[in-house]
Amino acid sequence: MINIEIDGKPVQAEQGSTVIDAAHQAGAYIPHFCYHKKLSIAANCRMCLVEIEKAPKPMPACATPVAEGMKVKTHSEMAVKAQKGVMEFLLINHPLDCPICDQGGECQLQDIAVGYGGSASRYQEEKRVVMHKDIGALISTEEMSRCIQCTRCVRFGQEIAGVMELGMAFRGEHAEIMSFVNSTVDSELSGNMIDLCPVGALTSKPFRYTARNWELSRRKSVSPHDGLGSNLAVQVKDHKVMRVVPIENESVNECWISDKDRFSYEGLNAPERLTKPMLKQDGKWIEVEWQVALEYVANGLRQIASGAGTDRIAALATPHSTLEEMYLLQKLMRGIGNSNVDFRLRQSDFSADGKYVPWLGMPVAEINSRDRFLIVGSFLRKDHPLLAHRIRQAVKKGAQACIVHSVDDDLLMPVQSRAIVAPSELVNSLAQILKALIEDQGSRIKDRGATPALSSTPRYAPDPQLLNVLKDVEVGSAAAAIAKSLASGERAAVLLGNFAQQHPQAAQIAMLAGQIATLCAAKFGFLGEAANSVGGYLAGAVPFGAGAQGMNAAQMLESPRKAYVLLNVEPELDCANPQQAVAAMHGADMVVALSAYKHQATDYADVLLPVAPFTETSGTFISTEGRVQSFKGAVKPLDEARPAWKVLRVLGNLLKVSGFDYDTSEAVRDEALAGVDVAAKLNNSLQSVPILNPQSSILSGLQRVADVPIYFADAVVRRAASLQKTRDAATPCVVMHGSELRKLGVVAGDMVKVHQGAASARLVVKADDSLPAATVRVAAGHPVTAGLGGMFGAITVESISGERA
Amino acid sequence: MLSEQIQAKINRELKKYPADQKQSAVMAALRFVQDEKGWISNEDMTDVASYLGMAQMAVYEVATFYHMYNLKPMGKHTLTVCTNLSCTLCGALDTVKYIESKLGIGIGEVTADGKFGLREGECMGACIDAPLLTVSNKKMCGRLTPEKIDQILAELDKT
Repeated sequence: MINIEIDGKPVQAEQGSTVIDAAHQAGAYIPHFCYHKKLSIAANCRMCLVEIEKAPKPMPACATPVAEGMKVKTHSEMAVKAQKGVMEFLLINHPLDCPICDQGGECQLQDIAVGYGGSASRYQEEKRVVMHKDIGALISTEEMSRCIQCTRCVRFGQEIAGVMELGMAFRGEHAEIMSFVNSTVDSELSGNMIDLCPVGALTSKPFRYTARNWELSRRKSVSPHDGLGSNLAVQVKDHKVMRVVPIENESVNECWISDKDRFSYEGLNAPERLTKPMLKQDGKWIEVEWQVALEYVANGLRQIASGAGTDRIAALATPHSTLEEMYLLQKLMRGIGNSNVDFRLRQSDFSADGKYVPWLGMPVAEINSRDRFLIVGSFLRKDHPLLAHRIRQAVKKGAQACIVHSVDDDLLMPVQSRAIVAPSELVNSLAQILKALIEDQGSRIKDRGATPALSSTPRYAPDPQLLNVLKDVEVGSAAAAIAKSLASGERAAVLLGNFAQQHPQAAQIAMLAGQIATLCAAKFGFLGEAANSVGGYLAGAVPFGAGAQGMNAAQMLESPRKAYVLLNVEPELDCANPQQAVAAMHGADMVVALSAYKHQATDYADVLLPVAPFTETSGTFISTEGRVQSFKGAVKPLDEARPAWKVLRVLGNLLKVSGFDYDTSEAVRDEALAGVDVAAKLNNSLQSVPILNPQSSILSGLQRVADVPIYFADAVVRRAASLQKTRDAATPCVVMHGSELRKLGVVAGDMVKVHQGAASARLVVKADDSLPAATVRVAAGHPVTAGLGGMFGAITVESISGERA
Repeated sequence: MLSEQIQAKINRELKKYPADQKQSAVMAALRFVQDEKGWISNEDMTDVASYLGMAQMAVYEVATFYHMYNLKPMGKHTLTVCTNLSCTLCGALDTVKYIESKLGIGIGEVTADGKFGLREGECMGACIDAPLLTVSNKKMCGRLTPEKIDQILAELDKT
């Protein structure tokens, strides 16, 4: 620690920190624009000039490191004169349009100008004009003349988002922030640039001119999308959500949120919102009272239970539902006598059920301190934008990231080694890495030159059966390189993505990855697919655990039930096999859809119950790191919509299930988590899963690789108009290796027909030579591919002669 | 695509820098492109970006920052007349006017036959020879007079 003095007060500062850090720590405010604690130092706005004793001129506090005995004066005559001078220059070209500026009221320049600006300008000449540019549907650059060239947005792209999409072109008076030749800003974190912009140059396109900052009330909430559980401030005017901005939480989302978290609020007020309970009578939908609808549901379920049997009723929830909703859904199902309840809609391997409660395996913040990563089966950037950012920061500090996956999407960070293999080869790849590590460890121990990581952990003794199976595995060069990278680290992490968790051999993948983690003393974790992927397990919304064993999500759809209760589920988009799911819905006697939206359920459902999305209900999400975060409703439910926990409470009462007399959602949560030690429940240990022969079954045809596009992953974001205009929301293509295209006799840009089972879809084909041979990438979760079958497995592609898109 | 000659030149340049800092060669790479093509198109910038593993925007920043890169075709011979203080005091504005009337083009324009382009330049550090111009950034001609300009243009016209 270094002793310095700021405005006469003695302050202790860390060696290497800057004057502005020390001052802010000590509570002395120094005005600034370009400085941001999460970004590199640019020192180009000059607003933070301060007087430092013995320095002949004012120094920029953001770029001056502290030194022993330094005496800083932030408000001396010299400092203030310098700050006022800088302010005058900054305002020379800044338009005086605060009254019509969207940033007005939350503008750093406006605020600081009050303190440091003159009351009139001495500048009489013409101000410069910077033309607007179109950089996409999310960020408006309509008034670039307001830019003060702080370059925060540029540095954000380079340093946090990992891709430099904005830059400062030209020089001097002509310098402008722009993208390369009118290209759009496509980063999934781009919205943060709006927050970072200290003036009104970059503003939110969807929010512009819809409300003033001071008209909005801020309500705390939690992101319902990915597993991170970003802390949100939902800003409300006239009972309507106007926008969403981050709440800083260093251990979760730092000061960022992904564009999905930020802009999905548009979906909350989408025209497809379901606002009244509806019943289908004689093929026609009619609006009814809640009482009528709920009694209809209760009667229907009762009849099916007494007629066909309670096990003919099934309940599905999305992992975006709250803990309370899922808890009540399972309580209702178990109350009427079966355990057919599940939230793992896209999962296809349930063989490890009951053995684990998958979670991140470490606190989110610990990702930054890992030095080796093995990321297995993850569309990392799109599925977990901010976790990807944390890994990116770790890699920047010298960590090595290796990937095992079926696609090689650009992670916007250097990848040390990669094994890009067909889905059926995933298990084998992991077995190879495991074998390479075991051999490596053997030789190290022999050499007595063991690395600290290996010598400090107890010697790993693999299961004899495991060794026996691994005997026949041949270690390839990619696996050897990955093993070498992992073994050379001290704080590794092995992380399984959505693709690995949805894989038909998910349990084998997880078991092998777990063994790899044990062997390199690594943290082992699952990147949670959705906001409540952990919460679903703790709520008991799974067919095992309490009571008799029920059917899992796949079984409920494979062997159709008579009645389905859908909690926020859109089976055509949310399930592993939409073809099968929709067939099951059509075949059922009764489908009850609790949904915030009118969706395709109007085709097959009998009752639509309007439930509230996350902003209109209180609830709890348990994030992928096991963080229990409760939130309150930010606005009243729209029209007749009601929080799903209340709907389920009434249903429970109507069906005479005991213990459904809750007054608040907090009471539900407290009951759900009563006596539950969340941390103790979370468990990734899959050692007891027996290993199967990882030799890949040689599949003759093509295999599907399916991602869920970022803006189609849940019901709210699917209806967020601006996000739907971004590149990430483009209509899915069929992507194959160039050689596979030649085999089919098609070229990129042609229309092709893809078949899975009886269904087909016509899509444009694209070439991507980083895909493994014999794989076809077709996104799931999108209306145009909703007719297809499973996310994994065989798929055929047929050329439609000569048809171009 | 960058031509083989350009790639070879860039490769030579890259040897001067650490392997993980390929972008250090960006200015040289842009110069090679301009030497070959006379100007640098957006496609060329994209090619340079992918060749050096840097963001397109970062290449664009460099190309637009430095005055000597032509971002549009500037004729076979680009005449850049310095109009900074020393040259202007010595009559650079008259020089510009004379060349403009001689070629029938203004600053930033190219003659119809594509032979000559005219640009305004920044100080070239040779004020002793003011007023001066450069021919395609390679050859400097100083102490300009109308006669000398006629002579320069006539010589260039022949090539």
